[in-house]
Amino acid sequence: MTLNTDMTVRVAKITQVADKVKRFRFERTDGQPMPIFSGGAHVIVSMRDGEVLRRNPYSLMSSPSDTGGYEISALRVENSRGGSAFLHEKLKEGDTLTVSNPVNLFAFDHRGKKHVMMAGGIGVTPFIAMMDQMEREGRAFELHYAVRTRTHGAYWKELQQRYGAHRVKVYCDEEKLFIPTEAILSGQPLGTHLYVCGPAGMIKGVLGKATTLGWPQQNLHSEEFLAPPPGKPFQAILTRSNKTIEVAAHQSILEAVEAAGIDAAYLCRGGACGQCETAVSACTGDIQHNDHYLEPDDKASGKKIMICVSRISGGTITLDL
Amino acid sequence: MNISFRKETFRGDYTARNSPETIRRFPFPFNEDKYMYSVNMEPHVPAGPPGHAYNKLIDIDEHYLAEMEDRAQVLKEDPLRYQALPHMMAAQWDTLELLMEQKAAGFPELFSLTKDGDRWHWINRPMGIDQTFTFGDASTLPMEPLEFISRQTQGDLVVVDQRDNTLWCDAGMVTTQADWSLDFDIGMNFHEWHGPVPLAHESGVFDRALKFLLNLQLGKPVRRLNWTMTINPRLDTSPENYHKWGPDRATVTPENVGAKVHLRCELQTLWRLPRSNAILFVIRCYLIKMEELVTIPKWGRRFHRVLRDLPPELIDYKGLTRYRPTTVEWLSKYDDGKPTSPGIYPE
Repeated sequence: MTLNTDMTVRVAKITQVADKVKRFRFERTDGQPMPIFSGGAHVIVSMRDGEVLRRNPYSLMSSPSDTGGYEISALRVENSRGGSAFLHEKLKEGDTLTVSNPVNLFAFDHRGKKHVMMAGGIGVTPFIAMMDQMEREGRAFELHYAVRTRTHGAYWKELQQRYGAHRVKVYCDEEKLFIPTEAILSGQPLGTHLYVCGPAGMIKGVLGKATTLGWPQQNLHSEEFLAPPPGKPFQAILTRSNKTIEVAAHQSILEAVEAAGIDAAYLCRGGACGQCETAVSACTGDIQHNDHYLEPDDKASGKKIMICVSRISGGTITLDL
Repeated sequence: MNISFRKETFRGDYTARNSPETIRRFPFPFNEDKYMYSVNMEPHVPAGPPGHAYNKLIDIDEHYLAEMEDRAQVLKEDPLRYQALPHMMAAQWDTLELLMEQKAAGFPELFSLTKDGDRWHWINRPMGIDQTFTFGDASTLPMEPLEFISRQTQGDLVVVDQRDNTLWCDAGMVTTQADWSLDFDIGMNFHEWHGPVPLAHESGVFDRALKFLLNLQLGKPVRRLNWTMTINPRLDTSPENYHKWGPDRATVTPENVGAKVHLRCELQTLWRLPRSNAILFVIRCYLIKMEELVTIPKWGRRFHRVLRDLPPELIDYKGLTRYRPTTVEWLSKYDDGKPTSPGIYPE
């Protein structure tokens, strides 16, 4: 069963907001309102780039109650697999593409007495939507936002203007200012929830510190979408479809499956949600598990793979697809 | 669409019954001649022959007004049938919006909703309600938004919060339930509130269902059918009132099976809510008498076979032990052994 319902949208506006960061506003071509969403949600943007169909997750950063359009921000990354290069260099205002319905794997806890957010770089985007919703609902929050330089950091000025410098604190690497994680995490009232979005090292460091300081696991939240890492090409035998396909070095299994015209279930395409879990019946190479979803036991068993981000070292994998 | 609402009771003299049209639209829960637990979820999209309960995503039928009166009566006697934990307010508003929009879209002759920014105007013609209010401001409604809309909605509503990779039963309106209690389950998580169901745990049904629901998408509601049986057309078969309906199970005789024994079908629909990221379960109860059921020959044959061959654990769990043999015997007269067609709809 295909779980995704896509909406056709027009690129209404592209804005350069900082070095290497552009914001894109999408509006529906059929004039219907966009669904309201919850802060922290993402959409899958499908981009037709010549022969290639690219589908990448992006956090929504517009106001969740703005049904006129959705906005995302994308960082131009070096060694991009193609998504960010396409958005930055090829996509023009007026172009059409499709976006999925919003999915939230990074929702805030509505029981929270206070919400502390820590962002690194472009990881600030889900928090922009979250803060909009929290402000509307009258919730206590603060954002600690680490940027490389003032010109690389997107939105920090606007956020400080809107919510005040006491609630939006900016730390700039270039000025040797870093988020004082320990001091922040040590001084929070009971019932505070912590949210981290940014590079893997930052998430690991902050959550590790919180755990050391005795924060309950239920109060810790993070989101990191993984891009499928490249590797060696290999073969996949799809037993239900009765097909054998080649997975290229810069392609995920999911992408290769879709390119072969086969429908596979997915939601986040970033190794987080579990929707694309697929049974493995045989494998001649080593499975390289890159996801955040499977338990260590499952990974060790070699019987399951998340086809959106994981691959094998070479050879042939036989999948229940 | 013109619905003639019945004046009837679901207690006391139990005058509730189905018109022939309502029998044909009944969501019969068996798509084959046997039954076992399964996740059996499918996309909740309009379906079925014209007039079927699946035509509209939120269904209204001839029992609407009588059911709302019955709900009001239950609440008067036991206000704890409605509960909402404080963190569920965003989900309450999400639920109110969803139900108002679906009702107005499905039955525009009966309901209308107009929005001017956050200023909303709701008209429920059958119940004579005309309410202007500010969306998001609970002080502009006579009661909390979930209670307000659930007093105008057939079916129980359970609003579950999603956190820590599971679902939490944190709000609801439950007055037409098959022997479970909101007051008991409030605050429990998905595995806790399904604790008592036999056979299903072993087969991993709940783990699969939970995984599916955690990824339930906005704009993609799903449905499943569940069933049990009830003596007399009683909506409120709650544990709180067990003393009022439990003994009825000993009153079934070969003479009164047709009128007294009911198949109770729950059409469960699940909806991702937009602002709260919570999930709304609508558990809509449909009752049909055995004598009504057998007017559809396929259903008479099939239900006889299902009930006859039911695993013992399920007979016990569904509380059918006492009157099942009498009912199977009665139904056997309507089963000529002919094959039945696949699917749930009448032939």
